[in-house]
Amino acid sequence: MIRTEELLLNVGPQHPSTHGVFRIIVKLDGEVITEATPVMGYLHRGTEKIAESLNFTQIIPYTDRMDYVSAMTNNYVLVHAVETMMGLEVPIRAEFLRLIVMELQRIASHLVWWGTYLLDIGAMSPFLYAFRDRETIVNLFNELCGARLTYNYMRVGGVKWDAPPGWIDMVRDFIPYMEKKLQEYDNLVSGNEIFLARIRGVGRYDAATAVDYGLSGANLRCTGIKWDLRKDEPYSLYDRFEFDVPVGQNGDCYDRYRVRLEEIRQSLRILGQAVEQFPEGGETMGKVPRVIRPPAGETYVRIESPRGEIGCHIVSKGKAEPYRLKFRRPSFVNLQILPKLLVGETMTNLITILGGIDIVVGEVDC
Amino acid sequence: MGAWLDEPLTWGDALAVFLWAVLFLLIVLGFVTYAIYYERKVIGWMQLRVGPNRVGPFGLLQTVADIFKLLIKEDTIPRKADRLLFVIAPALAFIPAFSVLAVIPYTEKLYFADLNVGLLYYVALSGITTLAIVLGGWASNNKYALLGGMRSAAQMISYEVPLVISVTGVILLSGSLNLRDIVAAQDGGWFWNWNLFPQIIGFVVFIIAAVSELNRTPFDLPEAESELVAGYHVEYSGFRFAFFMLAEYVYVYAIAALTTVLFLGGWHAPAPFLDVVPGILWFLLKFAFVVFSLFWIRASFPRVRVDQLMSLGWKVLLPVALLNVFLTALYLELFVK
Repeated sequence: MIRTEELLLNVGPQHPSTHGVFRIIVKLDGEVITEATPVMGYLHRGTEKIAESLNFTQIIPYTDRMDYVSAMTNNYVLVHAVETMMGLEVPIRAEFLRLIVMELQRIASHLVWWGTYLLDIGAMSPFLYAFRDRETIVNLFNELCGARLTYNYMRVGGVKWDAPPGWIDMVRDFIPYMEKKLQEYDNLVSGNEIFLARIRGVGRYDAATAVDYGLSGANLRCTGIKWDLRKDEPYSLYDRFEFDVPVGQNGDCYDRYRVRLEEIRQSLRILGQAVEQFPEGGETMGKVPRVIRPPAGETYVRIESPRGEIGCHIVSKGKAEPYRLKFRRPSFVNLQILPKLLVGETMTNLITILGGIDIVVGEVDC
Repeated sequence: MGAWLDEPLTWGDALAVFLWAVLFLLIVLGFVTYAIYYERKVIGWMQLRVGPNRVGPFGLLQTVADIFKLLIKEDTIPRKADRLLFVIAPALAFIPAFSVLAVIPYTEKLYFADLNVGLLYYVALSGITTLAIVLGGWASNNKYALLGGMRSAAQMISYEVPLVISVTGVILLSGSLNLRDIVAAQDGGWFWNWNLFPQIIGFVVFIIAAVSELNRTPFDLPEAESELVAGYHVEYSGFRFAFFMLAEYVYVYAIAALTTVLFLGGWHAPAPFLDVVPGILWFLLKFAFVVFSLFWIRASFPRVRVDQLMSLGWKVLLPVALLNVFLTALYLELFVK
């Protein structure tokens, strides 16, 4: 018997497929992984600590930079927490605008995931198609609030900017456009034999494991558990709209792929209804005290971000700054299952599985 | 050209042969320059981009600028690399890539070496490039490069076999290993006399194996960017890197030319009344189409996994290629003899 040695391979933080500055140290036996140790923290900026010396309006831009692929939902979780704490009323028009931008953001985020996932798997073109369609959403946001990535759009008690004239019509036009493009995506990728062979049965786990690890979002729903906070704990105006929660069965990368594409369709359904019900006039900012001082106490709220359950825990001592601010970041929690999934897989599957979890390193490290 | 080789060597002949070779080298290098441009443009358009358009009119000098940049870059050799092997590897990849071109016949008159074992020569020499890739991966003393080199070795060995067996059917049909004779055997006036149609199984196997030999998407595992960063040439920079890239594109040229010769009837027109068009144009047209198809494949497919690649090669392509040989032999025995 020839003595073989294990190969210690450092993947990242400058590796093209770790989606930023994530790092994994893997032990390889040939091409098979025997041990994987994720190393996090290369993008840690101490958001939660910085927030302790800022007032709530000042914290909003910091939330943009956590999950920078889905900044709108991050904005929302913070303002929603503060509003819940203070019992503030949000005008209906502002709430509609928030809901529309959150659903648009969900689509944009899933498009980024779709494109980069295909890029990880080695197909270059879908990435550019996804970014073409994301661009239309980003342009909509640009019209609305002047920013393309970190919007700083929501405020405690409402939103910063009202929709410019014609903006709602642009969203309305976007819906059939995107539906057509989704069909195109399916034609190009979803039935491709090579692609299916790459992701079917890869990175599989069952529902009990998913719950044990606290997974959420598509990572949880792919195992067949129907858990979507928009349905199960409706916040904002989600109880007014009809939509389905897509679930998978096998809990593999293929099911995660299907669930995410289907979520884009459901978001389009919500958008269609929201655009029809959008109120004609009205305020975009509720009655908010000049200095926002939540009453002493603690609040935890959670919403459904594109990556899963994002939560915000505020401890207030009745001051303008939070005493302690804690975010439950879905990317961070979902990532914990990675070492377990990687053992026994090949180097190629490492990329497939890591991509399938859909992390944003800004959110992992916060 | 070939006739000269049989004559006694005079100064004039030697000079002419030398000049032809230089001219041919320039043509190939010109092809490579514009194949890269062509690829970037075609894939750019397929991906909603415009492709290179800044350097020179329509970006025509982009590749020239790129190669110049690679030329003037600092030549770095990693301190812990095996210097000798590291230096040899790019040249070893590059030389066979050019050598195989000698046997390709372009028209009835235009060819460079009329070798009786032309096809064998091609297959044998192109295999040497694998060695260069393994060497490059090994000598770099980099784990990613090593994995890329090892993958390459496994992949090329797996696909060389079906590639050779898939062309056996063509050899049986034309009764020769000489590429000129193979083209001549496809002459019947109409396009259905080309080997493409009687040898359709062989053609499919050949194309799949050829794409794999070229290390191109969906079989670009040795340099799988998203996993192995750049695979075997991760430590190479400057002109050594250019050598690897150049070899890759010369093989695109070679495989496209070989496909044209073996399966698409070489310089023959698709119909008798089209014979007025010179043969070289037909050759170039078919050749350009094959090159385009290779780019098209690259723009459309994801990458296969390394274990799936192996099982495809050994469990599907090899038996199918063998079946093709059997069927061709059966046909020849029953109907032709």
